[in-house]
Amino acid sequence: MSEVLERVRKIVIDHLDADPDKVTDKASFIDDLEADSLDIVELVMAFEEEFDIEIPDDSAEHILTVGDAVNYIQEKLSA
Amino acid sequence: MFDLSNKTALVTGATGGLGASIARALHSQGANVVLSGTREAVLQELASKLGERAFVAACNLSDSAEVDGLMAKAEAAAGSPVDILVSNAGLTRDGLLMRMKDEDWETVIKVNLEAYFRLSRSAMKGMMKRRFGRIIGIASVVGVTGNPGQANYAASKAGMIGFSKALAQEVASRNITVNTVAPGFIASPMTDVLNDAQRDAILTKIPAGKLGEGSDIAAACVYLASVEAGYVTGQTLHVNGGMAMI
Repeated sequence: MSEVLERVRKIVIDHLDADPDKVTDKASFIDDLEADSLDIVELVMAFEEEFDIEIPDDSAEHILTVGDAVNYIQEKLSA
Repeated sequence: MFDLSNKTALVTGATGGLGASIARALHSQGANVVLSGTREAVLQELASKLGERAFVAACNLSDSAEVDGLMAKAEAAAGSPVDILVSNAGLTRDGLLMRMKDEDWETVIKVNLEAYFRLSRSAMKGMMKRRFGRIIGIASVVGVTGNPGQANYAASKAGMIGFSKALAQEVASRNITVNTVAPGFIASPMTDVLNDAQRDAILTKIPAGKLGEGSDIAAACVYLASVEAGYVTGQTLHVNGGMAMI
């Protein structure tokens, strides 16, 4: 498991108070983890802080699953 | 009831009579209070009168960058995050619309409405995280009724009310409430200069038969800031002696 995935999972688990077993690569924030739109905003802000990156709104819209977040962040960090 | 111990409040416009009354009332309920305004000496004087738990964070609300930095400045001054924001600062540039200058419109909107938006936005992150927040905008009865010669001011105050209702819906699930207090005619340096005829004309419109005091507005703020008022959000609390019943 990548380091980014672990850090993302930790934020998601903490923030959504989610069952760690459910926070998988494919888990959808809204459908599987019961996040609402405000949670998504908070998660995106938490990712920005954790990884010291900026996630513009039009990119954030496409981050629907834990895996999406990890891929986006990895791309951004390697860019 | 209405114990505000261990809560920190930021009050803008604390150099004015109304802002000072609000700050005093929150402070006497136990809150840490950060006083903001443009005149630092006046703020320092009020802070030293209040004694412990009173801090100063000066800010010019017509400067966007300063406004965006105020929340961090206030939290640094108090040494604790802001739980209660009272956006009280406001100004008037009265005149009939046909003669209103662009600048009179822009200044009023910027200081009264835009600063409220900016401060609320910068308060929101911490409040969301802590799952507690109280945002109180000091609007005005004229934001609901209108008043000739105050198109800019009335628009800014109506704007505060609409803004609060939208934000209230966005963050209600996080235990953050957003309300406005709408004062009617309050005794102040502005009303002291009225002559008897002007004063009588105003009083005929106020069923209570007198002008309001700063403490009347402050009491409404204490209530809305309290834990007890947690189920009240998106509301406008009119404090006007009955001059408009809405």
